[in-house]
Amino acid sequence: MKAKVTVTLKNGVLDPQGKAIGHALHTLGFLSVGEVRQGKLIELDLEETDPEAARATVDAMCRKLLANTVIENYAIELVP
Amino acid sequence: MKSAVIVFPGSNCDRDIAVALEKASGRKPHMVFHKDTELPDVDVIAVPGGFSYGDYLRCGAMAAHSPIMRVVKERADKGVRVMGICNGFQILTEAGLLPGALIRNKTLKYVCRTVGLRVESTESAYTAKYAAGQTIRIPVGHGEGNYVADDATLDRLEGEGLVAFRYVNHDGAPDAEGNPNGAARDIAGIFNKGRTVLGMMPHPERAFEPLHGNTDGRAFFDGLVEALT
Repeated sequence: MKAKVTVTLKNGVLDPQGKAIGHALHTLGFLSVGEVRQGKLIELDLEETDPEAARATVDAMCRKLLANTVIENYAIELVP
Repeated sequence: MKSAVIVFPGSNCDRDIAVALEKASGRKPHMVFHKDTELPDVDVIAVPGGFSYGDYLRCGAMAAHSPIMRVVKERADKGVRVMGICNGFQILTEAGLLPGALIRNKTLKYVCRTVGLRVESTESAYTAKYAAGQTIRIPVGHGEGNYVADDATLDRLEGEGLVAFRYVNHDGAPDAEGNPNGAARDIAGIFNKGRTVLGMMPHPERAFEPLHGNTDGRAFFDGLVEALT
């Protein structure tokens, strides 16, 4: 089973990279773009076959290492 | 004063701080590798600046979970002094020894210059040789030094006198001009509750001897030696 973890900065945490990307998009003429937030995607290959167990394991990974919950949120997507 | 310097792959201020510690204390620090699981009996542990593990994932995130950090945490819990400078500060927040986090500089630019710092508290081994409210000049060099924490944490740090240093402008006042990275409330360095653990972005070891052109960091090390000898 695969898991995809999306890590994003929490609302209210300044995201200067997202801001710079937004400016660049505006410069390129994409004027309909409002706020841009940048995050990261982490793909994991897991031995677990049980979705519940897999989710629990990945959740522990997120809390321990993959995300810094002081500044970041994370979302887990399981791909069978 | 006996000291140890933790060396991670990618540390690059480990030798600088070792030189400062040795010159101030007269004793060579133990250089301890990140894979080690034992630390000699020391009075202070320095977590140096650099780019540990290439800043992968987040600055300090990988180093915070390296084998030696388990021992560093145990020592910190026992009251041994632990100081994290620059990347070391990032590592200590990632390890949970200090609250908050350090994110990308507001300007998105790596900043390398000498900044003004106001000594906010002299009630620690690190700052005892300075005068309260004194302005010192210390170099910074970082891309991710923007200190953030929730308002409750910031209020607690300020209320309990746990802000060690604040960025100030040329007139000695904290403001956006003096703040090189956008850090919340111009915070440059903080203590843990017992003021035994210190994290700071500026590098006192780079302002240690006349050859550096600035010796404002010397009192930092002399204070430590005096308190811990």
